[in-house]
Amino acid sequence: MKVVRDTWLVYSRAMKLNLKQPVWLIVMLVQPIYFLFLFAPLLEPMDGMPGFENGAMETFVPGLIIMMALFGSAFVGFGLIAELRQGVIERMRVTPISRVALMLGRTFATVSTTLFQSLALVLLAALTGKLDIYWAGVGLMLLIVMLTAFMLAALSLGLAIILKSEDAMGPVINTLVQPIMLISGIMLPMIMAPAWLQNVADFNPFYYAVQASRDLFAGNLGTDYVWQAPVILGALTILLVWWATRKFARAVA
Amino acid sequence: MLIETKGLKKVFKSRGKEVEAVRGVDLAVKEGEVFGLLGPNGAGKTTTMRMLSTLIEPTEGEATVCGHDLARDAAGVRRDIGYVGQAGGTWGEVTAREELVMQGRLYGMSKKRAQARAADVLESFQLSEYADRNVKTYSGGQKRRLDIALGIMHEPKLLFLDEPTTGLDPQSRAHMWDEVRALRDRGTAIFLTTHYLDEADALCDRLAIIDHGEIVAEGTPLALKKEVAGDVVAVGVTDRAAEARDLFDAKDFVREVEAGEPDPATGVAVLRLYVDDGAAALPELLRTLDGASISPASIELHRPSLDDVFLKQTGRSLREEK
Repeated sequence: MKVVRDTWLVYSRAMKLNLKQPVWLIVMLVQPIYFLFLFAPLLEPMDGMPGFENGAMETFVPGLIIMMALFGSAFVGFGLIAELRQGVIERMRVTPISRVALMLGRTFATVSTTLFQSLALVLLAALTGKLDIYWAGVGLMLLIVMLTAFMLAALSLGLAIILKSEDAMGPVINTLVQPIMLISGIMLPMIMAPAWLQNVADFNPFYYAVQASRDLFAGNLGTDYVWQAPVILGALTILLVWWATRKFARAVA
Repeated sequence: MLIETKGLKKVFKSRGKEVEAVRGVDLAVKEGEVFGLLGPNGAGKTTTMRMLSTLIEPTEGEATVCGHDLARDAAGVRRDIGYVGQAGGTWGEVTAREELVMQGRLYGMSKKRAQARAADVLESFQLSEYADRNVKTYSGGQKRRLDIALGIMHEPKLLFLDEPTTGLDPQSRAHMWDEVRALRDRGTAIFLTTHYLDEADALCDRLAIIDHGEIVAEGTPLALKKEVAGDVVAVGVTDRAAEARDLFDAKDFVREVEAGEPDPATGVAVLRLYVDDGAAALPELLRTLDGASISPASIELHRPSLDDVFLKQTGRSLREEK
């Protein structure tokens, strides 16, 4: 199929570019590694307390991975802005390439790098020896991570096309991502929050992503979050991919 | 006809205001010719080209490009055209070969076919030597050659070039002209935009002059210039310019007089007289001035340029805009 083939072409190009500069894959891991070694120890005494029933590290590490997916993919639009300026996107839009592929190829590339980084982080966390890992659950959790990355990459690419400037993109992404991150319970579980904040979190799709990741990571496959997260994220992903594709098709570079 | 447009129009809306960038353009481009769209910055050249290459939708009007209806069959248009934008469209961290193979594959070539074609194209654009280096190491001329190479990777019938030589040094510019001619000789029609008079004159088989979104003249460079006059005599006078103008206007052999504003520094106002035969007209013109005791500050006789054509159609000089 043409869409599949074109998506693969765009994907391979993006991946080739990523692999030419592997240093970025490592740089993106630095922040979560700081959190893993410099912040996570603070949570160790919370082990078994409300919100940390699965264990302190078992609760923190899945959240950390979602955070990495959040930041890693929310900023991919920056690369696109540079490509727009160089006329790369314009050049490709004049070819018969499928418009969806232009967007999907880049999104899948982001998902791939996020997956790689998540695996690296899980392995690093395992090496600390401070947590029990339920590997089958980790596999399922990675699906949630991929959906998160997919959705945010689409959002970021769409925004890049609208804003067309790094100077505007930075503040917009930060304004959007910071509150989403804070009320998703990545740092501390939302159960510690006052009721009103918990109510707000109920409307944050990433809250479900974090909770589902924690449940899966600990092997609790039967909780509500485990089915709610993929449904909510899936619906949002479809919506955002549709929206970003339209932006791609109409973009005026 | 490779391109035929009827009343092509583009209105941009920005902050509630409507700007008519292109106001009803009718064009016809033939197979195998170099067609130029000449005009000052902001005249609507690029907008017209972007409409014809499917990048933006016309607000009104119709166009057929390579036999495909622009509005109904954009995919068909895309298959048959190549397009090289002002920015070029290459990425610094990729090699020329990688970009070319990718481009070929975007047009549906197999990997093998794309690789073979890329090797040919690299050879014919003298890029083989740098083919496996990252594009960011290329000189301006090399990069521009790669841009064009990408545009013709799939052997399109028609190639769009948006300001192909802007920003190039004179030598690279001459090379680029040769490339364009070579492409034309191999049967590719070229549609280019330019604001360089010499480029339009030397390179284009036919051209259209565009100003404020409207075509003001169309034809071969020679015919356009002939239409203006056989020759142009530019007479500079320091005072009594209006009087001199009227005197010249009264002469039968002067087709038209174009009076310029006096130069603020020297006070010299230039009157441009369009005549059939400059050499024959000159003595009579001098006698006329002498008879009225007006002494000219300067007299120049020259063949009309495309700038004279532009000046005659719009009342402004394209040269002054730059």
